[in-house]
Amino acid sequence: MTIDWELVRLLALLLGVIMFVALNAAYLVWLERKEAGHIQRRIGPKEVGPYGLLQPVADGLKLMTKQLIVPEGADRLLFMAGPILVMVPAIMSFVTIPYSETLVARNLDVGLLAVFAFASVNVLGLLLGAWGSRNKYAVISAARVVSQNVAYEVPMLVVVVTMVMVTGTLNLQEIVTQQAGGFWHWNVFRLGVSPLMPVAFLIFFVCMLAETNRAPFDMAEAESELIAGAFTEYPGMGFGIFFMGEYANIVVGTSLATILFLGGWNSPFGLFFPGVHWFLIKMYALIFVVIWIRWTYPRTTFYALLNLSWKVLIPVSFFNLILTSAMLKVFHS
Amino acid sequence: MIAYFKDIIGGTWSLLVGLAITINYFFKPVVTFQYPRETLPMTPRYRGHTDLIWDEEKGRDRCIVCGSCQKVCPSGCISLAGEKPEGGKGKVLTMYTLDFTKCSLCGLCVEICPTDALEFSKAYNLAGFDEKAYVFDLLKRLEAKRP
Repeated sequence: MTIDWELVRLLALLLGVIMFVALNAAYLVWLERKEAGHIQRRIGPKEVGPYGLLQPVADGLKLMTKQLIVPEGADRLLFMAGPILVMVPAIMSFVTIPYSETLVARNLDVGLLAVFAFASVNVLGLLLGAWGSRNKYAVISAARVVSQNVAYEVPMLVVVVTMVMVTGTLNLQEIVTQQAGGFWHWNVFRLGVSPLMPVAFLIFFVCMLAETNRAPFDMAEAESELIAGAFTEYPGMGFGIFFMGEYANIVVGTSLATILFLGGWNSPFGLFFPGVHWFLIKMYALIFVVIWIRWTYPRTTFYALLNLSWKVLIPVSFFNLILTSAMLKVFHS
Repeated sequence: MIAYFKDIIGGTWSLLVGLAITINYFFKPVVTFQYPRETLPMTPRYRGHTDLIWDEEKGRDRCIVCGSCQKVCPSGCISLAGEKPEGGKGKVLTMYTLDFTKCSLCGLCVEICPTDALEFSKAYNLAGFDEKAYVFDLLKRLEAKRP
């Protein structure tokens, strides 16, 4: 009997991806609470384990031991499908994300497209779950989430199209390889191609925050107005999976930002050889910023949120697109 | 048009200022106190239940058993007794109970005491399952304070 090593490799990496997602989702909650604590000059979790490190385990056990109640009159199928539709695409996105030259489950030629295709299912999961739970708050939240995601997908994809024009490929590994050698080769600093590159990075980052429903754009949850928005009716692990999906989406978003703009696994000064550690350092630095932003700004109003997208981000990203294509045509063709 | 760009740049700047403030706080030491693990000294004006003061010179309490505190107490939570020692002058306190379940911490007993024998204790974390636990024998508490 011969062993199909490619299959073994794929299985190992898929298992690794799932474990990576679960571990990140669990410990980002810990990081979030610690960081929130210190920003408010508190300590954060400290009772369960040293530095509260076992807190996610305790939280997970608590959520798992709770009964899964489907509210009366709710659409059982959609209600159950909601959390799964949020979690599965988030895990699927990891399949094509290259963490180093060799550490990638499946290097697709259309990797970037695949990630965005999966990312757009997230909003569907929230919408179906909220609609299925037969709750007014959840439905209001779902309506907000959809219009928010539609509004922010436009500037995000325009920025991504710009990046694809610059790099000339949809292959994520290829995009990172092009940025090798020093931080001035990273896309965010390639001012010769477009002087607005840092602005493009900023737009991408803001849109990523909005796409993952993070504060200050957390209209989906909006606890002060909508109880827990789309998650209102979800008990125990149903809510837990939504929560994990949210954090998994943050990891996907920051990974993409790292790959597209910050040179992926390349080291900034040629120090300490390129590798997965550089990728993780950049990714977690971005995640730190995401959490930092959450504990700095209050939630925006819904109109301010849409205004920001349609009146600022979309015009600027289109201007960047036109400028970049003009500069590519004039200087680099 | 100028207002539009001014708005964007000004807005971005104010957001950065906000971020600077929070990261500043992030690196500052924490100010919360881990209460059951650590305790702070109580403030001097804190009013716990009343307590007898230990007098170094007399080697006992300062009470002369005049009964003023018992009389002035609006809640009637103080009961005390004393006896005259043989050959000695004045009365000596033999019993002083404070029913803390009735006490309203008005402090009239502390105020009226002619010999300043009473003070407010600093006991603030009182908890129990039985109201009898709050009928304090202040003489017994005084014994515990004996140096």
